[in-house]
Amino acid sequence: MGDVIMEELGAATKGHAVGATEADAVDSMPTHWVAQPDSTEQTAAVMRVAANHDLAVVVRGSGTKLTWGARPHRVDLVLDTTRMNAVVEHAAGDLIVVVGAGQRLDDLQAALSGPGQWLGVDPARRGTIGGLVATAATGPTRHLHGPVRDLLIGVTFVRADGVVARSGGKVVKNVAGYDVGKLLTGSFGTLGVITQAAFRLHPLPQARRWVSVPITHPDGIPTLVQQVVHSQLVPTAVELDRPATGGATLCLLLEGFPPGVESRTAEALDLMGTGATAGDDAPGWWGAEPVADGEVLLKLTHEIAGLAHLLTALDDVCAATGLPAHVRGSVGVGAVTVGLAGVADAQALARWVTSLRERASSFGGTVVVLETPGDFKADLDVWGPVGGLPLMRAVKRQFDPENRLAPGRFVGGI
Amino acid sequence: MDARGLADQLRPLLGDDAIITDHQRLRTYECDGLTHHKVTPALVVLAETTAHVAAVVRACAAAGVPFVARGSGTGLSGGALPHADGVLIVMSRMREILEIDRANQRAVVEPGVINLQLTRAAQPQGYYYAPDPSSQQICSIGGNVAENSGGAHCLKYGFTTNHVTGLELVTPAGEVVQIGGKAVDAPGYDLLGAIVGSEGTLGIATKVTVRLTRTPEAVRTLLSAFPHTDQAGAAVSAIIGAGVIPAAIEMMDALAIEAAEAAVHCGYPGGAGAVLIVELDGPAAEVAHQFDEVEGFCRDNGAFEIRIAADDVERALFWKGRKSAFAAVGRISPDYIVQDGVIPRTALPEVLRRIAAISDEAGVRVANVFHAGDGNLHPLVLFDAAVPGESHRAEQVSGAIVDLCIEYGGSITGEHGVGSDKAKYMPRMFSDDDLDTMQLVRCAFDPSSISNPGKIFPTPRLCGEVPGRHKGAHPLADAGLAEVF
Repeated sequence: MGDVIMEELGAATKGHAVGATEADAVDSMPTHWVAQPDSTEQTAAVMRVAANHDLAVVVRGSGTKLTWGARPHRVDLVLDTTRMNAVVEHAAGDLIVVVGAGQRLDDLQAALSGPGQWLGVDPARRGTIGGLVATAATGPTRHLHGPVRDLLIGVTFVRADGVVARSGGKVVKNVAGYDVGKLLTGSFGTLGVITQAAFRLHPLPQARRWVSVPITHPDGIPTLVQQVVHSQLVPTAVELDRPATGGATLCLLLEGFPPGVESRTAEALDLMGTGATAGDDAPGWWGAEPVADGEVLLKLTHEIAGLAHLLTALDDVCAATGLPAHVRGSVGVGAVTVGLAGVADAQALARWVTSLRERASSFGGTVVVLETPGDFKADLDVWGPVGGLPLMRAVKRQFDPENRLAPGRFVGGI
Repeated sequence: MDARGLADQLRPLLGDDAIITDHQRLRTYECDGLTHHKVTPALVVLAETTAHVAAVVRACAAAGVPFVARGSGTGLSGGALPHADGVLIVMSRMREILEIDRANQRAVVEPGVINLQLTRAAQPQGYYYAPDPSSQQICSIGGNVAENSGGAHCLKYGFTTNHVTGLELVTPAGEVVQIGGKAVDAPGYDLLGAIVGSEGTLGIATKVTVRLTRTPEAVRTLLSAFPHTDQAGAAVSAIIGAGVIPAAIEMMDALAIEAAEAAVHCGYPGGAGAVLIVELDGPAAEVAHQFDEVEGFCRDNGAFEIRIAADDVERALFWKGRKSAFAAVGRISPDYIVQDGVIPRTALPEVLRRIAAISDEAGVRVANVFHAGDGNLHPLVLFDAAVPGESHRAEQVSGAIVDLCIEYGGSITGEHGVGSDKAKYMPRMFSDDDLDTMQLVRCAFDPSSISNPGKIFPTPRLCGEVPGRHKGAHPLADAGLAEVF
């Protein structure tokens, strides 16, 4: 049977299918085969093979976020998108790009920078475009440019049954039909295999300045964040870095035309008070995840003004559990990452997460575990409670009735 | 039970005055802003609470009766066109602004709240609601959610979908579900992204949480007159090419200007073949610099007159001509069709020339008003329905313009929605598989297809339940923490 499948996958990809090795395991779940289609058509052929042989499929770009989410409970085939790495169309005058899912974000940004443009996302992990969309990964600039779903204007994907479908298009303004691209964004490969995506672009700014201020008093953080978000500075990013010990830093990114940035920098320095400094370079921590090897990475959301409650809840939970947390992220939007050090075992992590989730209503947000060392995720609901889960299950049932795509990786066991 | 039969069942719940069965009164609701599509609903109910909406929808679901939600009825694609055998649920009594939450930059509103009212309520606190369809004085937020409404300023600020962070939804089964909230990035599928713009086919929003946007420090507006649309188009390209993203760039051609002058005496420069309105907003220092650049681009590309709004009154005058353009063509033509196609912006000059050729060939006048920054055209196809054959010719010209937009890689609708009007064009833009796939979403939310049926999709999909095969249980499923299907 295995030989037949191997042969069919080879035929579907013109020889680009191989037996999996240990390195192909998905979040330590071993797999049997790896197929590397180079087009939407080949991807469809691979998915038809998977459908015929009832194979569970996990889509992989460069694998930078493959361990995010719950561990899939079955993986037979890894569908590697990295050969679909072409820039299909860059219409600079229209500020749009159409790109293969396997194109790396860094390569795309390099290609776009020639005509002075960029895709307005800067996540810490820069894998492929497909992975960017599938995980809805964001970075500091989402404060101004919005999350991935706001920049995605069209998508081509292959359904679990091998049917190719498109939604949206390559114009920014378009309300024809359902926006399936938004459903796919952040779906962690559980609804379809994205093969091509179209985005709106932004011009590269002519000038940029980072304005930082150290904050020593805990109450100072939410107060200053409120002042910044209600100001007229129009920052591109508003980032907090608060290590487990020592003081915190709030840093704004200001972008635009040189004279405008200069005067806004002066205003920002004034607003942020004593100790504020401006620089032409980002702080070393800018846009990076606040974790070291062996630590747990979480994503937390909060109402913008719920920041004070979030920080208090974190401090209380950390004090009670003895686990130090490093907070970093987009506090002007209400989405931060947390690095948790010294987690001894799965139970310790579960206790920490449960305690913080019990406080979640105070800050109006959610607590999601992205990545853990070892087997810490096994007994943990990494996604936490989800509103509208029955509707989500109904969507999954329609798109992937056989539960073939990354089964178990997503919310509520989807 | 048919829709009329539901009246007696619903009367005790909603009260006598909320149930309309009288034929004359039912006819008041026979169309929305697309007035040449008319259907008298079997029953109209005026909902005042979420519980009302849920009760009506549950009754419809139990009886297999279709329902259509209606806000202010200003839609231009027949999205709120009633169903002859269905219930029309009017949402305009649910018009309370529940919360202006400045600290969180959010507002929570009922769906019947008028777009501009929300902005007015937020303004004293230095905020506004960014999506601004031309009908903002009368259109409702619920309708905006259904249609994913845009507006002149969506070039910079995005559409309704970029500003909704939470919804209370009555599903087509009559269940009340909370999706999202004031915080972003709720885990799970982006159901908000599917629902906003689904034209009432995935349920009825009964509460909407929206982002509020800080009122800009500075706003500057110029009006620039060009001999021809080609030059105005070149100016737009130069502006965008320089990395400027204006809050709005609007263009009108000679015929549209003529109509606006006749209707509202906006006093645009005489002899203009095209007029461009460019608005910049943001931090004062940034705007001042960019404004000079924009003025230069207009001049370099052949503008023969540039006016700069000195204050809000003058700015309003500039906009008056543009915002009244649709109604204004009524002054120069008894009837007209509004198109809403989108093209890549750079194709603008070429597409305008081809529209002119189509218009000449058919002997049908076309006035052009459009959001030039994002390539969203609103060609107004003028005709006189009283003259035999003219409606048909206008319909054909309109269809040819849609084809042109698709040929250039654009869309059949940029902001008005598909509704009942453009469903027939959907197969020109999407394959059968694309449309089938979109309808999987429909099947997930509304398997019996009772929520605004007949809109968007020319051919409905049957939603059969596909049995799933189950393999290997997830530990969470074993532990009873999650389900596997």
